[in-house]
Amino acid sequence: MTLIPPENLERFTQAPASLELYRITKKFGDFTAADEISLTVPPGTVHALLGENGAGKSTLVKCVMGFHPATSGEIMVGGHVQEIQHPSDARKYGIGMVYQHFTLVPSMTVTENLVLSRPDVPAAVNWKQETARLEEFMATEAPFKVPLHKRASELAAGEKQKTEILKQLYLKSRILILDEPTSVLTPAEATEVLALLRQMTVAGKLSIIIITHKFREVFSFADDVTVLRRGKLAGQGKVKELDRDTLAAMMMGGASEAKRAPSAPPATGPKPTAPASTRRTALRVKQLSVLGDNGITAVKDVSFELAAGEVLGIAGVAGNGQRELMEVLGGQRPAASGTLEAHDQPYRGTRRDILTHQFHTLPEEPLRNACAPMLSVAENIALRTFDQPPQARWKWLLNFRAIRKSALPLIEAYSIKTRGPDTPIRDLSGGNVQRAILARELSTRPIKILVVSEPCFGLDFAATDFVHQKITEARDRGVAVLVVSSDLDELLKITDRLLVMSGGTITYETPTATADVAVIGSHMAGHG
Amino acid sequence: MESFWLVTLAILAGAVRGGTPFLFVSLGECLTEKSGKINLGQEGSLLAGAMTAYAVSHHSGSPWYGVLAAMGTGMALGLLFAWLAQLPRTNDIAVGIALMLFGSGIAFFFGKPYIQPSAPLLPGIPLGAWSSSSQIQAALRICPLFFLGLLTAFFLAWFLRSTRWGLQIRAAGDQPSAARALGISLKSVRTWAAMAGSGLAAVGGSYLSLYYPGAWTEAISGGQGLMAVALVIFARWDPKMCLVASLLFGGAQSVGPALQAAGIQTGYYLWNASPYVLTLIVMIITCSTKKSLAGAPGALATGE
Repeated sequence: MTLIPPENLERFTQAPASLELYRITKKFGDFTAADEISLTVPPGTVHALLGENGAGKSTLVKCVMGFHPATSGEIMVGGHVQEIQHPSDARKYGIGMVYQHFTLVPSMTVTENLVLSRPDVPAAVNWKQETARLEEFMATEAPFKVPLHKRASELAAGEKQKTEILKQLYLKSRILILDEPTSVLTPAEATEVLALLRQMTVAGKLSIIIITHKFREVFSFADDVTVLRRGKLAGQGKVKELDRDTLAAMMMGGASEAKRAPSAPPATGPKPTAPASTRRTALRVKQLSVLGDNGITAVKDVSFELAAGEVLGIAGVAGNGQRELMEVLGGQRPAASGTLEAHDQPYRGTRRDILTHQFHTLPEEPLRNACAPMLSVAENIALRTFDQPPQARWKWLLNFRAIRKSALPLIEAYSIKTRGPDTPIRDLSGGNVQRAILARELSTRPIKILVVSEPCFGLDFAATDFVHQKITEARDRGVAVLVVSSDLDELLKITDRLLVMSGGTITYETPTATADVAVIGSHMAGHG
Repeated sequence: MESFWLVTLAILAGAVRGGTPFLFVSLGECLTEKSGKINLGQEGSLLAGAMTAYAVSHHSGSPWYGVLAAMGTGMALGLLFAWLAQLPRTNDIAVGIALMLFGSGIAFFFGKPYIQPSAPLLPGIPLGAWSSSSQIQAALRICPLFFLGLLTAFFLAWFLRSTRWGLQIRAAGDQPSAARALGISLKSVRTWAAMAGSGLAAVGGSYLSLYYPGAWTEAISGGQGLMAVALVIFARWDPKMCLVASLLFGGAQSVGPALQAAGIQTGYYLWNASPYVLTLIVMIITCSTKKSLAGAPGALATGE
């Protein structure tokens, strides 16, 4: 474990101030996104903000950062009430935020990015002088190193995250707000970054508010925790005095136990008993290589087999070729070399092939990759079947009444929340788009192969359970399922066998039942 | 042999003479695209600039007032572009095409009375006065605007690399979300970039009407404003490469006339098409469905 040299810690002469939020309320029209929330962050502590998506965590910290001033309530920095109307006010009080989506400009070097982030960028930049100053900052104050001359686009996710944190330290922020900082990191990178930050808070040089939905991080990293649910304070306290079940109950509310119980058994439910070798191979990928957007090989010589009735997971940090692999399987990107076979026949992704092999895909960001956003929910659900009777006569004349009629039971069965079947699908929330696409891909025919990517990204607990349940049900019906996900916990929960993808190749394979998270993590990081 | 040298000299001179408008338009477009919007209306700015420059020079008697007035017209059109292209649910390509038609429309409408009268033109600097050869003298007679363009290219390269505004423009064009998080106002950055870019294009237009060919006609541009957009792609959004590419296109444009002057008539019209052929070739070479362009600002054509 890397540690910050004590002399570097000593350089941080400026200690963080205490931060207090008092009855912060934020309204958007009639909707109350944050309702009278109070919390205190004493200097040198880590405060975790826990909650599902849409619980009001981001709304709350955006009030502190001055992106949208609170409707009512007070913010106290160092015991004094301060007006924070604009991000520059927050910066003045030493409050800085590290975003979930990186705010580095990809074509610029780390040096350029750091200089650009300063509030007082000189009119004409003297690069020699700036580079010298940054090198000194790196040598003395910085708790970890990043290559200054590299372009941000060349950095790995972990290095980007470190750069974002360094940027805040360089700007002399002593109260850091981290928005799900580990969502893009490998387990090892996450542990390292959090440990370094922890060391700085223990030394009293930094205070941290961390937004998360991972219990593991709360217990290993935070001193205090505030749980939000639907914009309201659901619980608060010292982490030491709380346990996992109490936190889960706070986060999910009273109905949580009832909601979680029925879905849990199918997820871990009866696994097929036949050994993998005797089951029929549904999908075979042979020495597949794919070029990425920049023309550089993104997937290199990948081969694997997927049997009917199994869930195969591909783990890996986002950006290691999974997206390109998915796009080839979905017919959205040509392969540079290699072949795909479905049921021992060549597979080319034509509409006829899709129909013959019942090959269905659920790509990541479905609104962008699997929908016609302007078309209605019913039309999007019909995209696989619109050219078959009864939705089409003579294979070309569409029958919109039949399309609507066949969508209605699916909207019901998959509990898609929409004003009606004619609402444009882009008006739906992320979870409901996911449900609609799942309805389309799972319901239409006796499907045989299902390929899904990041099926639960950005979904709340209930929706995640629903999706997992549907995937497991499909597996039990004998469907061959491939799941690509950067969420290792998810893969451990729903898959039978795991592959690890790193740097465009498959680096590791293990049955999920005997998988070792540490080994998987080191393969994800590219040194296995 | 002598005709070979004459043709070469004529092409080199033509590269400078014909490349100058390309240079101004492409530098302007480069600046605008660096901020994240594509302005296809540069053709309109070019024509409006050419007309304004000629008219103001005619009335004021000084071609330099004409150049300044052209710049003002261009900046006004740039402001219009920036405003329209940043309204919600608009698209910069569509707005650009509209402004291309609008700019040429007003140029033709207000330019009708200036087709006949003559206006004082920009002087050429006689750098070839030492030679007795009239061809060399003609070839080395260079408009001061070319040198201004040369300076602008190097200035713009430095500006984008080493100034606060340059960094902000690049951030806005490459990663708008990052720029927003840094407190940079996308709207004002892009508005200024579009205004300056369109102003530069209009200066290119003033070169057309006040130096070469040196008269106001409706056919004066011949699509150079549009070709300059292709040229920016060719130059990989690098101002210094814009200079190289402009000279190349200018040279290609003068192949036909140079051959004709040397007495070679074969394929005159075919040679005149060479800049257009070059545009197509550039497009084919640089565009691919399999990879995105290196150096392209990340926000281009994303609607962000």
